[in-house]
Amino acid sequence: MFADKTLSARAGKLAALVSALALVAGATAADARDKDKKRDKADETPVLAATPPGEAVFASTYKPYPGVATAIRGATVFDGKGGRIENGVVFMSGGKIIAVGGPDTPIPADIAVFDAPGKFVTPGIIDIHSHLGDYASPGVDAHSDGNEATSPTTPDVWAEHSVWPQDPGFARALANGGVTSLQILPGSANLMGGRSVTLKNVPARTMQGMKFPGAPYGLKMACGENPKRVYGSRGRMPSTRMGNLAVNRQTWLAAIDYANNKEAKRDLGKETLVGVLKGEILVHNHCYRADEMAVVMDMAKEMGYKVSTFHHAVESYKIGDLLRENDVCSAVWADWYGFKMESYDGILENAAFLQREGACVVIHSDDANDIQRLNQEARKAQKAGLRLGIDIPDAVAIQWITHNPAKAMGIDHLTGSLEEGKMADVVLWNGDPLSVYSRPEKVWIDGALMFDANDPKRRPVSDFELGQPGEGDVK
Amino acid sequence: MKRLLAMAASSLALAAAPALAQDVTITNARVVIGDGGAPIDGGTVVVRGGTVVYAGAASGAPATAGGSTIDAGGAWVTPGIFATLTSLGLADVSAVGDSNDIRAGGAPFSAALDASRAINPTSQHILVHRAAGITRAATTTQPTGSIFAGQGAIIDLDGDAQAVMQPRAFQMVALGEGGARLAGGSRTAAHTLLRAALREAQALVGKTGTPQTTEIAKGDDVMLSRFDAEALVPVVTGKQKLYVAVDRAADIRSVLALKQEFPALDMVLVGVTEGWLVANDIAAAGVPVIANGLDDLPESFEQLGATQSNAGRLARAGVKVAINAATMQDPRRLQQVAGNLVALTRIPGASGMEWGQAFAAISSVPAEISGMGGKAGVLKPGALGDVVLWDGDPLEVGSVPTRVYIGGVEQDLTNHQTRLRDRYKDLDESDLPKAYDW
Repeated sequence: MFADKTLSARAGKLAALVSALALVAGATAADARDKDKKRDKADETPVLAATPPGEAVFASTYKPYPGVATAIRGATVFDGKGGRIENGVVFMSGGKIIAVGGPDTPIPADIAVFDAPGKFVTPGIIDIHSHLGDYASPGVDAHSDGNEATSPTTPDVWAEHSVWPQDPGFARALANGGVTSLQILPGSANLMGGRSVTLKNVPARTMQGMKFPGAPYGLKMACGENPKRVYGSRGRMPSTRMGNLAVNRQTWLAAIDYANNKEAKRDLGKETLVGVLKGEILVHNHCYRADEMAVVMDMAKEMGYKVSTFHHAVESYKIGDLLRENDVCSAVWADWYGFKMESYDGILENAAFLQREGACVVIHSDDANDIQRLNQEARKAQKAGLRLGIDIPDAVAIQWITHNPAKAMGIDHLTGSLEEGKMADVVLWNGDPLSVYSRPEKVWIDGALMFDANDPKRRPVSDFELGQPGEGDVK
Repeated sequence: MKRLLAMAASSLALAAAPALAQDVTITNARVVIGDGGAPIDGGTVVVRGGTVVYAGAASGAPATAGGSTIDAGGAWVTPGIFATLTSLGLADVSAVGDSNDIRAGGAPFSAALDASRAINPTSQHILVHRAAGITRAATTTQPTGSIFAGQGAIIDLDGDAQAVMQPRAFQMVALGEGGARLAGGSRTAAHTLLRAALREAQALVGKTGTPQTTEIAKGDDVMLSRFDAEALVPVVTGKQKLYVAVDRAADIRSVLALKQEFPALDMVLVGVTEGWLVANDIAAAGVPVIANGLDDLPESFEQLGATQSNAGRLARAGVKVAINAATMQDPRRLQQVAGNLVALTRIPGASGMEWGQAFAAISSVPAEISGMGGKAGVLKPGALGDVVLWDGDPLEVGSVPTRVYIGGVEQDLTNHQTRLRDRYKDLDESDLPKAYDW
């Protein structure tokens, strides 16, 4: 059996070789014949051309699913931008938020109305830092697609080309966490890990079917221990933090030269970096230590780009003032600490101290489990501040996992808050979303009901789970 | 300066003072006994000589006889949380190899490894988790060079010189995918190695001196040294518990069947992601479970049936279930996981736990599994005086202890994290750098 396969593979290879030789021969003859002709037509359109840079490729094919005009009334509404409405109304139709307000907000007749006293409404939860699809479940080697750890700078790779839309983790994040949008980032082995992609958390057969229409790309960068460990252990640069910076700066300089050189051949990596320098691609920088973040912000100034967000950022609390002045967000965990040297100074008050300084706070997961409980993580971080007398209203803690990540990902004009005209990405919670005892009851994405805790069939089951133990279970 | 002097004096006092158990009466408390029951409002807890003498309704409390009295003002008062399984005291920073004693992959020993020899009672992780209300824990090395993890210990978190309460309390073995990989690439190898090891141990029962048995090796890798075989004697004779890490339903059945070959084995199942599929078998075998609490992803082919309802379904089938601290970010999330199990009781189709049962799954039940039944994780007369006062519902996210007693001794709740918190309460460096603010 196996021997046969080998033979047929070899036979195939031979056939390919023969036809390639034929092609070469043909091409040589053609070259000789058309030499003069080609010279004459040198200024005309080339025979072959890729889609020019800047035009959409791997474009989103996401289309909202059908929804019915729906109003939720009687619930406590957190609008995602720090607002709170008691006994509120959220009205959505045509995939958009139509109205959000108090009990007198008009609701048209003949639409679906959910009376939700004692329940809560928030915008769809957004995770700015996920690897779902790139490190899919099951976590076998064959699914390890998040780190192109073959060069310290790989700005040419795109996380979307690794996304496996059948990762069961997407459905868990929806049903248990109310997550409606998420950014998939390359890992942190490299200084420049590649482009991120933002997805709608709507199951699809293809990555393009989940791709968030109109979301800008991000560039994942990484400070500190990971790049220097991965490459230092192979005896190549960088092996130190100063090596990290040197490689980064040289790479930025090369990108600037590239941008200034009209004759340069296309370079996928440099196209990404030039996108950053032009402000079209947002930098998401994995960075734990405060002193390193300060160095990175100066590097950004030197090269002429802006850091959108420091991710993990366990020491952001030491430089909240600096982060505020530079208008850089910190995407943080509530309680991760001490698992590596650069996380040794993690404290529960990180987010609260940033809020105290007026710096931008995002709670992120970086984890297929924690993405299901971003609301709980936000509560932990909020409570740590409240204990010290830092006033963080519940509505602001919700903002950490809705509007703030949307802003840091460049999609706040589309989603992340309950405002007229925005995407109807809405979660109805069966209780206070900042309580451990509450869960999403219904989740709408672009006005379509994608999860309903009361309807066993209104939950996604990935291809992988079909016919396996626990198919369609509550999970 | 005055403040500095006062602080210096108090830290000297702390260092010099022996850990003296205080007699303390806590009144006006929302008392959680930890045995699965509902909280008792307006309750009283009395601790004398380091031991609980009363916990319950105020009306039944003994007359106050000296010691201090604390009016809890209606606050929650619970037994200390019992964390199992952990690596508390075995590593400072897990990714810093020199600080990490959790894995000994380069050693020729496995079952003979003894965590009690390496516990650092003042590890920051112990101090941080004590401040989170964990007062006792099972701590162990992890299987790395062979399928056996080594012998875990039961520790307290009071930071004094005597962290280890019960050395060599249990042995752990990895079966399933993890064990298969360590044994050479197949579950069959793991099962064969386990049986071979237990038979070697049987041959050593009653013998003393240098163990006389063959070494099991593969190339240069020792799979079972003579000393490992000796360490398994108490396992095969049922004197030491055998924790078996296993997830797939079929693997759980295979493990339960081990009792037929080795009837004395005193087993505990750990992980047990697909336990709900064989809940009745586990219940019938009377084997307790330390279950991964919220794992709901098919992270591997032995966890295809993963669901957050696992623990609840096991409990409903009559299995004794504790929540495993090992798979969470860190053990202080035990409360959060227990709270989530309560949340599941409101989800159609899901199985969770009522509040009291969920709390017991992180207090009295893990204590019982650890051989500390009636002594830890519970506020009953005769139990160790591990008492925690909380600033809110202890299973609600964000709630933290306001006071922690271990064996009747009130604990210092400061640690590296609280010191950083205090330093960075503001960013004011107008007079001196932050380095002078301590």
